[in-house]
Amino acid sequence: MAQLLAVLIDGLIYSSWLFIIAVGLTLIYGVMKILNIAHGSLYALGAYSAASLAGYWIRQGYPPMGSYAVMVVAAILVGLVAGPVIERGLLRFMYGKDEIVLVLVTYAVFLILEDFVKLVWGVDPYFIAQPYGLLGNFTVGDLTYPNYNLVLFGAAVFIGVVLAWVLTKTRQGKMLLAVIHDREMSAAMGINVGRVYFITFTVGAMLGALGGALTAPMISVQPGIGAETIVLAFAVVVIGGLGSLPGAALAALLVGIVRSAAVHYRPELDLFSIYLVMAVVLIMRPKGLFSAQEARKI
Amino acid sequence: MKRDPTLPILIAGSIILLALGPFLPRWAMFLINVSLCYGIVVLGMLLLMRTGVVSFGHGLYYCLGAYAAGTLDQVFKISDMAVMLVAAVIVTALASAALGLLLRKYRDIFFAMLSLAFSMILYGLLVKTSALGSSDGFNVAASKIAGITVAGTAVDRYVRYALTVVFAFIAGVFMHKYLNSHMGRLAEAIRDNELRVEYMGASVRNVIHVNYVISAVLAGIGGALAAIAVGHIDPEMAYWTTSGEFVFVGILAGTGSVLAPLLGAFIFETIRSFAYEYSPNTWQMALGITMLVVIMFLPGGLWSLFTRKRKAA
Amino acid sequence: MNTQVSKLLKCGVTLLAAALTAAPAICNAQDKPIRIGLVTFLSGPAAGPFGVPAKIAAEAIVDALNAGKVPAPYATRGFGGTPLELVVVDEAGGATKQVTELRNLVERQNVDFVIGFISSGDCVAVAPVAEELKKITILFDCGTPRVFEDASYKYVFRTRPHATMDAVAGAMYLLENRPAVKSLGGINQNYAWGQDSWADFTAVMETLKPELTITTSQMPKFGAGQYGPEISALLQSNSDVIHSSLWGGDLEAFMLQATPRNLFTRSQLILVAGEPYLHRLPGSIPDGTIIGARGPSGVYAQKSVLNDWLRTIYKERAENYPNYPAYSVAQAFLGLKTAYEKAKAQGALGTDEIIKAFEYESFDSPSGKVMMKLGKGHQAVTGTAYGTTRTVNGQITVGNIKYYPVERVQPPEGVKSVDWIKAGMKPGKW
Repeated sequence: MAQLLAVLIDGLIYSSWLFIIAVGLTLIYGVMKILNIAHGSLYALGAYSAASLAGYWIRQGYPPMGSYAVMVVAAILVGLVAGPVIERGLLRFMYGKDEIVLVLVTYAVFLILEDFVKLVWGVDPYFIAQPYGLLGNFTVGDLTYPNYNLVLFGAAVFIGVVLAWVLTKTRQGKMLLAVIHDREMSAAMGINVGRVYFITFTVGAMLGALGGALTAPMISVQPGIGAETIVLAFAVVVIGGLGSLPGAALAALLVGIVRSAAVHYRPELDLFSIYLVMAVVLIMRPKGLFSAQEARKI
Repeated sequence: MKRDPTLPILIAGSIILLALGPFLPRWAMFLINVSLCYGIVVLGMLLLMRTGVVSFGHGLYYCLGAYAAGTLDQVFKISDMAVMLVAAVIVTALASAALGLLLRKYRDIFFAMLSLAFSMILYGLLVKTSALGSSDGFNVAASKIAGITVAGTAVDRYVRYALTVVFAFIAGVFMHKYLNSHMGRLAEAIRDNELRVEYMGASVRNVIHVNYVISAVLAGIGGALAAIAVGHIDPEMAYWTTSGEFVFVGILAGTGSVLAPLLGAFIFETIRSFAYEYSPNTWQMALGITMLVVIMFLPGGLWSLFTRKRKAA
Repeated sequence: MNTQVSKLLKCGVTLLAAALTAAPAICNAQDKPIRIGLVTFLSGPAAGPFGVPAKIAAEAIVDALNAGKVPAPYATRGFGGTPLELVVVDEAGGATKQVTELRNLVERQNVDFVIGFISSGDCVAVAPVAEELKKITILFDCGTPRVFEDASYKYVFRTRPHATMDAVAGAMYLLENRPAVKSLGGINQNYAWGQDSWADFTAVMETLKPELTITTSQMPKFGAGQYGPEISALLQSNSDVIHSSLWGGDLEAFMLQATPRNLFTRSQLILVAGEPYLHRLPGSIPDGTIIGARGPSGVYAQKSVLNDWLRTIYKERAENYPNYPAYSVAQAFLGLKTAYEKAKAQGALGTDEIIKAFEYESFDSPSGKVMMKLGKGHQAVTGTAYGTTRTVNGQITVGNIKYYPVERVQPPEGVKSVDWIKAGMKPGKW
């Protein structure tokens, strides 16, 4: 029983993390139909910036509680800078091209940003331990968990709820949904698709960076963390259905719990677990869990 | 009407490479060898791209071909290159025939991700298998070809090089003929509009399946040749970044001709090799910038450089 | 784009490859210094803890050698009076890439010797190629016993001991300090290094203490970074000891996540390769953790003139004192220098003569005496050391250091590690 509880809790924590990193990607794909490989770099940029800024904050002796706000601010800054630079500076010129060419462009951006991060921050890992342990622990049975994980979970829920509300209840959000559904028709209806793209990409970038920033206190921020998260984020996005927010949430939950179960009961399956889930879901529902019905042109 | 120069160029190119081989510095011979192995795999990607599907999991067959060759040497002590190639073809054909049954129903990103999932599952299986060296892989000593021992002789490197050139030639000719045949044109039609092809009576899924198997066999051949040339294989060959590289080289090279993947692979390997040497700290950035430049100014891939002239009037 | 520009581009592209292939050949026409190729990680997760410290140490050593400022018996300038030149190559990209790069290094950049390779996979892959290229290649840091246990080489040397002793000494140290241990769990990265470390350690423990129970073996993906479920599983396993060969960023992440959850109040931790990052983990690494340095290097290097020298020249270029990869690279350079000068003293400086001089030699290094006694004279042995952490004035130090002589922790010539462990680890004749 205790083990089952552990599986659930660990699963939820991991799912929260997956959701935060995947939600930006699914948004960008849904609206712009771009599979943004550079999302991994934005995650890395967010993590490094948060580690640097929060580290600086703590070293200067400011109240450690403020470091959380600093991390979030770092992520927002990264998104606000990197997003527009990439979108306006590069992607804008590529929109007419084939989907696959756009993937190649984002891959090139990923390569460039990987070395950029290395040039700016060097190869030594960064870490900021304080924010993780600051909030104390909570105990369930004979297991202790840092309360920071609750922050992660809370952040995931918060982001999900806010995004859902914005997308369905605000005018801007509904326009975004319209563009996801049918770009040409939306443009015909007068929606400024270019601006929607710009906003989407920037928000997606911020969310990616936020994923990195929130993870930074738990890990050692080192070269290569971007590449690892790309495949995970992609898998979650595809399992959930591209462009679907509830899909991403459900997929994250599924993958998180399956992985957690694998670690507890069959640790050697850990490597495969996400790919097995992806294969099984795609076999049963070829377009992911929540895929919109699409009309095909004849 | 201008005659299509592809075949003559293939023939001439192969003859020149074979003749030049002994005079090239060994590292150049090796570079051409490895890039042609890549090129053969990308030929398979070309076929798939012309059919309108992109596979992000061809590392699976590249790796299977290499491990088929390697296992023959390691487990069965058969180190004959000819046998290795035959084994690679058989193994990849069987695997792709089976997986193709499932994959042929998918398109776009789902095809890509499902193929990626399968290649990562192979990766995971290989990493778990310590008998095969786990993530370190193992060395492959392909010492004979059709019964004649080559390893340790002066022509050792040249034989491997020549073998790859010959196979690249065969693959190129085959692909050229195939693409100009009924099946090839059907493939392009599928890329353009699947539904119409179905309405006209052809089976889209069958065509995709057949093309998938052909491209997988090519990838397997490329993998086996790489194992023979490099002498070492590891599970990285099945990792998604390897598959991604095949896709990227394919797009960079362009789909204009069968010469494009072969040339594109060579240029990519060369650039990567020199980027490594001259900017060891920023070779990724150099590669990324080069890719962007090519994409921006040569939207048809590198191959469009050579076909520009045709667009008169 | 008009046709003229495109013509130019076309010519340019076709000429580019040709020009690039020709250029290095012209550049390397006159080479008087001895060119040494150094292959080490400059990017990726291994760069921080291993690759870059090795590079810093190599550069410092080459400069010191060229200035003739190395303590005896290495006081001659360079190698036998000839200055050295270092060519650095990134080890990233995988074994297949490294095979290609080794060929480029030897045939295009015309290096005289190669010192390199941290990753075991790369070592295993490049050894046969070095043989084919007939270039003396010194593997300086990789751990797998497979290199010289599975094959013999003429041109390949390894100037540091292989990883079997990490497991053997670690288990001995653990049992000497905690004889009442009953259960063992582990968390290792799921790739060759992690799998082999765990397999070796459990084999040794089972030989030394057959009644031990293995509770759980967590094998997270290399680079996973998130160990929540694994830590929960380890907590629930209530193991007396947890073995880990995690390194670099993964180790830091694991410590960051596990220490606040009180995993180590429940279980004794042994970190087989924990030394490189000791200086970074104060507060996150609990006192009482058993730490290995894969040899008597880094914090375990005993005081000597050479040790002080390495520490000084390294600290001038880096923020910290040298860790074990820096010592490994020092061993490679000093071992090669010894062989080179011995061959020169005997009058012949051909590759074969240097190889003959290198085989079975013994030389002094900052971590003590290195003896090339295994692998038919190509594989080095030293003893090793283990210690326990304690925090003193906010700095992590190691105490309770125990040194283990080579015959207790390494299989003798001709015996495979796996077999030696199973047979009870009888000390061979050395």
